Amino acid sequence: MDDNNAAIDVKNIKAINKVTFRQRMISYKRKPLSLLLLIIVGLAAFLSAAVLVFLIVFILIKGVPNLTPDLFAWEYNSENVSCMPAIINTLVITVLTLIIAVPFGIGAAIYLVEYAKKGNRLVKVIRTMAETLSGIPSIVYGLFGMMFFVTALHWGTSILSGAFTLAIMILPTIMRTTEEALLTVPDSYREGSYGLGAGKLRTIFRIILPSAMPGILAGVILAVGRIVGETAALIYTSGTATGTASSVMSSGRTLAIHMYVLANEGLYTDQAWGTAVVLLVLVFGINTLSAFIAKKLGTGKDK
Amino acid sequence: MDKFSIENMDLYYGNFQALKNINLHMQENKITAFIGPSGCGKSTLLKSLNRMNDLVEGCKITGDIRLDGEDIYGDMDINILRKRVGMVFQKANPFPMSVYDNIAFGPRTHGVKSKRKLDEIVEESLRAAAIWDELKDRLKKSALGLSGGQQQRLCIARALAVKPEVLLMDEATSALDPISTGKIEELCLKLKNEYTIIMVTHNMQQALRIADNTAFFLLGEMVEYGDTDSVFSSPKDKRTEEYITGRFG
Amino acid sequence: MRLSRLKEKAMQGVFFLTAITSIAAVVTICIFLFYNGVPAMAEIGFFDFLGGQDWSPKNVPASYGIFDMIVGSVYVTADALVIGVPIGILTSIFLARFCPAPLYKILKPATELLAGIPSIVYGFFGLMVIVPLVRNNFGGNGSSLLSASIVLGIMILPTIIGVSESALRAVPESYYEGALALGATKERSIFKTILPAAKSGVLAGVVLGIGRAIGETMAVVLIAGNQVQIPSSLTDGVRTLTANIVLEMGYSTGLHREALIATGVVLFVFILLITLSMQAIKSRGEKNG
Repeated sequence: MDDNNAAIDVKNIKAINKVTFRQRMISYKRKPLSLLLLIIVGLAAFLSAAVLVFLIVFILIKGVPNLTPDLFAWEYNSENVSCMPAIINTLVITVLTLIIAVPFGIGAAIYLVEYAKKGNRLVKVIRTMAETLSGIPSIVYGLFGMMFFVTALHWGTSILSGAFTLAIMILPTIMRTTEEALLTVPDSYREGSYGLGAGKLRTIFRIILPSAMPGILAGVILAVGRIVGETAALIYTSGTATGTASSVMSSGRTLAIHMYVLANEGLYTDQAWGTAVVLLVLVFGINTLSAFIAKKLGTGKDK
Repeated sequence: MDKFSIENMDLYYGNFQALKNINLHMQENKITAFIGPSGCGKSTLLKSLNRMNDLVEGCKITGDIRLDGEDIYGDMDINILRKRVGMVFQKANPFPMSVYDNIAFGPRTHGVKSKRKLDEIVEESLRAAAIWDELKDRLKKSALGLSGGQQQRLCIARALAVKPEVLLMDEATSALDPISTGKIEELCLKLKNEYTIIMVTHNMQQALRIADNTAFFLLGEMVEYGDTDSVFSSPKDKRTEEYITGRFG
Repeated sequence: MRLSRLKEKAMQGVFFLTAITSIAAVVTICIFLFYNGVPAMAEIGFFDFLGGQDWSPKNVPASYGIFDMIVGSVYVTADALVIGVPIGILTSIFLARFCPAPLYKILKPATELLAGIPSIVYGFFGLMVIVPLVRNNFGGNGSSLLSASIVLGIMILPTIIGVSESALRAVPESYYEGALALGATKERSIFKTILPAAKSGVLAGVVLGIGRAIGETMAVVLIAGNQVQIPSSLTDGVRTLTANIVLEMGYSTGLHREALIATGVVLFVFILLITLSMQAIKSRGEKNG
C-alpha cells in the first residue's frame, strides 16, 4: 500500500539533492577558473548558433523580396536573369548523376558487406580509396572531369561530363551510407532466408536491400544535397551556358553555377540574393528529408 | 563521534523507491560494510554519501545526511565534500595518463602546484596503497598498462592523494582475483587507522574478514545494522539469517 | 540448378567490379593529373614552379611560380583554423556535456544545416557582408586574407563540431566520474580527463577541417582578392591554389593550362598528405582506445 502512495507522491517530493544555483556559486567561488571555462564554452556554442541564424536570416531578408515571377521565367535573358533553366539543368544533372553513381555505390557496398571476407586486404584498399576520394576537393574533380570526360572522351563541356564528374565525387558518400545501412540489417534475416533455401542473390535483393532501403535512401538524398550545392567541379565540365540544356551533350549551368556567375559579375546582386534563397531552401529541404528518413529507420530499428 | 549520520532518508529513481527510511550512523576509523543481494540499494546509498547520485537523472533524495554534523546536501561545497569523501569504483578507472599524473590529478585539482610537493604526495600515496615498490620505476608509464589489481590499488592511491577523511569502496574487489583481493583487504585494515572506510560488498566473507560493522539491506530497506560479529553470529532478523546462511541472494 | 549457380557467380563478379570502381577512380585521377601536370612542372623547372614568386603567364617569356599561392593557401587555412578550431571544439564540448536535451534537439540539427549550406552561398554572403565589414573596420578594399579566413573558419565549424563531438561522446563515463569523485569541478573533469582522452578524435576533426579549408574554392575566390602576393597583413589580398585554378582555367592554353593542372597536382598532393595523416591518427586512436 505504501508503494502505491509513493508512486503518486514522487513528483511533489522536495528532494534535497537538487544542485541549487546557490550551491553552484559556492563551488565556483572557490574555483573561478571553472566558471570562466563554463562561460567560454557557452559563448562558443552561442556564437556557432548565432552565425547560422544570422546567415540564414540575412539571406532570407535580402533574398525573399527578390523572389519575383521574373526570376522563375521559363527563358533566361539578361533582363529577367531567370534561374528556371538553371533549376531544370540542376534537376537533369542530379538524376543523371544518381543513375550513374547509385548502382555502383550500392553494388560496392553489397560486395564489401555481403561478399568480402573479414580482414580482406582488398577491402582495406577499397575503404582507403573511398576515403581518399571523399577527401579530394571539388576543384580537383573539376580538373579531372575536364581532362578526362570533356577532353579525352570528347564529350565536350556538357551535362553528361558534369554528371560523370559528380558521380565519382558522390560515390564514397553512397558507398558509406549503404554500407552502414546494410550492416544494421540483423544477421537473423540472412539466416532466416538461407534457412528457407533462398540463394545469396535472392536474399540480398528480396530481404537485405528492402530492409536497408531507408538508410540507403537517406544517403542518396544526402548526396543530392551535395550535387545541388556543387560549383567548382562543374564549372569546367558542364559549363556556364545560360539556357536549358537541349540534350545531355550540351552545356548548361546548374543553380549553384548560376549563382556563382551572378555573384562574380556583380551586376545582378538582387537576383543573386533571390537565387541564394532558392538554393538554401532546396538544400535544407533535401537535408531535412534525408534526416527524416534516417530517423524513421532509427525508430523502426527500436521496434 | 559519528562520522556519517543518515536520518530518515528516502531515495527515488523516477517512480521507483530505491531506499526506504534509512537511519544509519557510521563511526570514525572503522570499516563499515553494506551487504545484501544485488538491487537492494546498498550501492545507491554509498553513492549518496559523496553526492555521485546527483549525476543520475530522476534521482530524488529526502532526509538528512551529515558528515561530522554538517549537512552535505546543504551549503557544503560539493567539491570539498568529494575531497573529504573519496571513492573507489567497482571497476578500476585510472585516467588514460601516466601513473604519476593519475595520482597528482587530485592534488593538482586542489591547488598543489609545487613539483617537490607533488612528488612527495605521489610517493606517500603509492606507499599508503602498498603499491609503491611495484610502480616506483614506472611512474611515467601509462596507467592503462597495469594489471587489474594494480589499477585498483592505483585508484585507491589516487583517492588517498587528496587526503580524504572517508573512503567509499563500491565493490572495489569484485572484478579482481583472490590474490589482489587479499592485498586490498589487508590494505583496508591498515588504512582504517587513519580513515573511515565504508564499503559495499557482495562477498559476505569479505565483510566478515575486515568489517567492524555491517549493515544488511534488502529491497531498499536496512534490515539490520550492528557489530559484524553479532550480525553474522546472532542475527536479530530472520531475513538476515536467511541471507547469510545462503538461503537466498 | 547450374544456371542459378552461374547467375550467383556472375553477380558476385558484378558486385566485385563495382567495388573496385573507387580504386579505378583514384588511379585514373592520379594518372590524368600527373600525366598532364608533371611534364609542365618539368618544363617550367620543378623548383622554379614550386619556389618561384613570379606568376605571369602572359609575359614573354612567361613565368609560372606558384610559391605565393602555396603560401596563400597555407595562410588562409591556418587563419581559418585559428577561428574555427577553438569555437568548434568548445561548441562540441557544449553539445556533448553541457547542452540541455531540449536545446540539443535544436542545436544539433542547426550545426548539421551549417554543413549543408553550399560553398557558393557562403562565398556570396562573405562578399556581400564580411568583405564590406572588413573594409569599413580594418581598411583595405575588404577582399582579403581576413575575409577569406573568417568565412572558411565558419565553413569548417560543422566538420570540427561533428567529429569532435562524437569523439567526446565515445570517452568512457568512468573517467569523468573518477575526476568528479576526487573533488574536481564538472569543468575541470571535462577539460582534464574527457578532452585529453578524446584528443585523437578531436585532432581527426581538425585535420578534416584543414582538408576542407585548403580545398575550398568558390567561397575563397569571391572574397580573397586573388592578388598573387604574399600578404603582409590580414587585410591584404591573397590567392590560393584553388583560386588560381578556377580563375584562369577558362581562358588558358598550352603551357599555361598545364601549369594550372600542375597547380592541381600540388593541391592533390597536399590533400593526399592530409588523408594519410588522418588515417595515421585514426589507427593510433584505435590502438590507444
